Amino acid sequence: MSYIIDRRLNSKKKSAVNRQRFLRRYKKQIKHAVEESIKKRSIQDMDRGGEITIPRKGTSEPMLHHGQGGKQTRVYPGNKEFDTGDEFQRPQGGGGGGAGQGQASNQGEGEDDFSFSINQEEFLDFMFDGLELPYLVKKQLMDTTQFETHRAGFTQAGSPDKLNIVRSLRAAHARRIALSGSDRDEIRELKKQLWALEKESISDENSQKIHALQEQIKTLDINKKRIPFIDDFDLRYNNIVKTPVPSSKAVMFCIMDVSGSMTQSIKEIAKRFFILLYLFLTRNYKQIEVVFVRHHTHAKEVDEEEFFYSRETGGTIVSSALELTADILQERYPRSDWNIYVAQASDGDNWDGDSQRCSKLLSEKILPLVQYYAYVEITNGPHQNLWNEYQETHQQHPEQFAMQHIEDVADIFPVFRRLFERKTKGAA
Amino acid sequence: MKKPPISTGAEWTFELIEAYDREIGRIAADFGLDTYPNQIEVITSEQMMDAYASVGMPLNYHHWSYGKQFVETEQRYKRGQMGLAYEIVINSNPCIAYLMEENTMTMQALVIAHACYGHNSFFKGNYLFQTWTDASAIVDYLVFAKRYIAQCEERHGIDEVESLLDASHALMNYGVNRYLRPKPLTAEEEKERVNAREEYNQRHINQLWNTIPKKDEDDTATQQARYPSEPEENILYFIEKNAPLLEPWQREIVRIVRKIAQYFYPQKQTQVMNEGWACFWHHTLLHQLYDEGLVNDGFMMEFLHSHSSVVYQPSFDNPHFSGINPYTLGYNMMQDIRRICEKPTPEDYEWFPDIAGSNWQETLDHAMRNFKDESFIQQFLSPHLIRELKLFSIVDDSEQPVLKVSAIHNETGYRKIREELAAQYNLGNREPNIQIYDVDVRGNRSLTLRHFMHNKQPLGEDTEEVLKHIHTLWGFDVHLESVTPEKATAASFHCPPKEKLELY
Repeated sequence: MSYIIDRRLNSKKKSAVNRQRFLRRYKKQIKHAVEESIKKRSIQDMDRGGEITIPRKGTSEPMLHHGQGGKQTRVYPGNKEFDTGDEFQRPQGGGGGGAGQGQASNQGEGEDDFSFSINQEEFLDFMFDGLELPYLVKKQLMDTTQFETHRAGFTQAGSPDKLNIVRSLRAAHARRIALSGSDRDEIRELKKQLWALEKESISDENSQKIHALQEQIKTLDINKKRIPFIDDFDLRYNNIVKTPVPSSKAVMFCIMDVSGSMTQSIKEIAKRFFILLYLFLTRNYKQIEVVFVRHHTHAKEVDEEEFFYSRETGGTIVSSALELTADILQERYPRSDWNIYVAQASDGDNWDGDSQRCSKLLSEKILPLVQYYAYVEITNGPHQNLWNEYQETHQQHPEQFAMQHIEDVADIFPVFRRLFERKTKGAA
Repeated sequence: MKKPPISTGAEWTFELIEAYDREIGRIAADFGLDTYPNQIEVITSEQMMDAYASVGMPLNYHHWSYGKQFVETEQRYKRGQMGLAYEIVINSNPCIAYLMEENTMTMQALVIAHACYGHNSFFKGNYLFQTWTDASAIVDYLVFAKRYIAQCEERHGIDEVESLLDASHALMNYGVNRYLRPKPLTAEEEKERVNAREEYNQRHINQLWNTIPKKDEDDTATQQARYPSEPEENILYFIEKNAPLLEPWQREIVRIVRKIAQYFYPQKQTQVMNEGWACFWHHTLLHQLYDEGLVNDGFMMEFLHSHSSVVYQPSFDNPHFSGINPYTLGYNMMQDIRRICEKPTPEDYEWFPDIAGSNWQETLDHAMRNFKDESFIQQFLSPHLIRELKLFSIVDDSEQPVLKVSAIHNETGYRKIREELAAQYNLGNREPNIQIYDVDVRGNRSLTLRHFMHNKQPLGEDTEEVLKHIHTLWGFDVHLESVTPEKATAASFHCPPKEKLELY
């Protein structure tokens, strides 16, 4: 006696809790791995899950088992040339004796790293960990594109509340006409004969014929009426489709000081800052371009790799970068087509005479064009003249210009607070 | 008289599965296989991975190690580094067998013959399963365990429960009584007895530790008596009953781990027999189907292809070699027993006077019921099969500079190889023999475990870690000594670690 059950429709996520427990337990290692992979990934690539590798050593469960040594006797299959009493050297690395220890412990030799996949949401979750993002913001960042519903014609299937009465009746009418076509042709034909007969003189023979014709017409009429007034087939429903919120294009400028004083760790913090801004923009705009501008005494537009990882030395003239940015804006990103965001990261160093020029460039050439300009100063030391100049700019343009002093990654978020505030206001 | 084949294509349907199951079941009954009723469940590959992750059970309590297993399986499966098993079968009543959706009709039939009639009858017949497990209760017990542990997590926090489970899992292999026959577990009674047991345990332990030493007593005399008076092999049991600091719910969780370890204990000891039995019967049953004309040549070709890859044994110098394939050994031994019964040679009469020429069905049935891997090999491995597999044994003695071939498939070697191979499947040899030796009841309450060394084999590198887990459970100092048969201490481990100086 057997029962056969189809379990395929049962829930598949039975292991979800255990998987979460595993991620929870190795949070530290996974976070570390995620951080490593942030370094390797490009900003625009940050938005995916991916493979994570953590050292296997920490994840094994210890068991009591025999170690190497002592006297062991093992039986092997497939003898070819050995005879009793043959002696030979121990194979190196357990080549022929793979079974030697493998049986006692469930972990074989050759332990490598333990790799597995995490999805986009988890990846971002680990990345945001430590950035002190409020939950709502986290959610906003992790949410995928927002949708708007649109009418898109009619379908033959749908829920009753979407029934379109006019279309349904029209379809029913058309069907009735189509199905009763041959009957009506015949009726018309018969009626013609009837009229012809009626015009002729009245005789017995004629009245009999008329009577027969009338009978025929009557049955055909009944046939015609048997066609249902409305059928399942006629029903039409309003079709509503979800489309991504139409969002326009945005361009994000990343400006960074790469002079000798910017260490790699400062650049890592800056990278987080740029990533966050990028992710925020991806939630709001469909198409995003990223422009990387780096500068020491000269500014240059570069690709991401060079932006983060090539080293330069020399002095610092911030205005060079702002000038270049203004030029690029003028040339390639007309204000009418683009939402423009600029993020600048620096350690606060600038050549003394240059700061004033910077604030002037900002107020005159850049701020009128951009949606938002965020400046972060990553330093442990005292502020220098650039900060003071920028503070004035901030007072003049509090809506567009944000600045923040950052000592570690947790400080990045406040820069975004205002950005999100504005967004919620706009949405409400 | 030939009948028309049941099906000819590769696609399966539920009707076809039913038809195959009916025919295979009929033939199995003709051969005298006694089975639990079958519950055949068709699942997807994702569900199969879920089943993998929870040690093959239909449900289990939550633990990170199952999650780890899952992500690993998922990763390797998605990258194509491993295939999934065609089936999983659970020792329960009714016997639950999972069939993968992706299998062809032939594979489904093979799996039905293998799991639903092969393994199933083994679960029902073998003495180890009968004494150690209660097939009708296991699913209920797991439901109870899952619920109880979830409750504990709610009450005491996930971390508390997790560290307790970690510690208990580390000792899972030492949670069984090897020699004492256990009482079968039933979920109903368990639930009723939980409260009673908690109360009793707590009182009992209080009494045990209620030992304020009297001043005028002669300490030296009383200290000689050890507690426990005999070494205790079931470490988890001892901890459950005696650990001074555990809360009642913690004792219950230790008990759950111990009970589940006990449930799996027979499977570890009968791998060769169990798989061999199932392979033998799928081979026999499907051939019978073919003889009756119920399946066609194409079916048989596909079946034989997967059958022969399952029972393939790479030789020791093959890069794919990873120990003796239990399927090969078991299957060949079963076939060999049938051969000895049906076509005995003079050699067989000499080696197996009691079974040579007997009824093969009765002999196999007897073998299936009354043995475990170790004794099965010891009893039934024939010289014929040793020659066929070209078995040889190698002694690896760390005191000798070289390895030595101690026996090959010749007249003088047969017995030795048989003994060595049987010993290889003796759990007592495979796992270090560690027992609870002493508790310092009157002093610092430290727990001393003793490792009785076998063939001078030392303990592995995980030992310190496991000791930490024992320390978590016990709550006081834990010591472990490796003792040679001459009663000399070869190595000792301590948690918390002792200063080197103190040791000597």
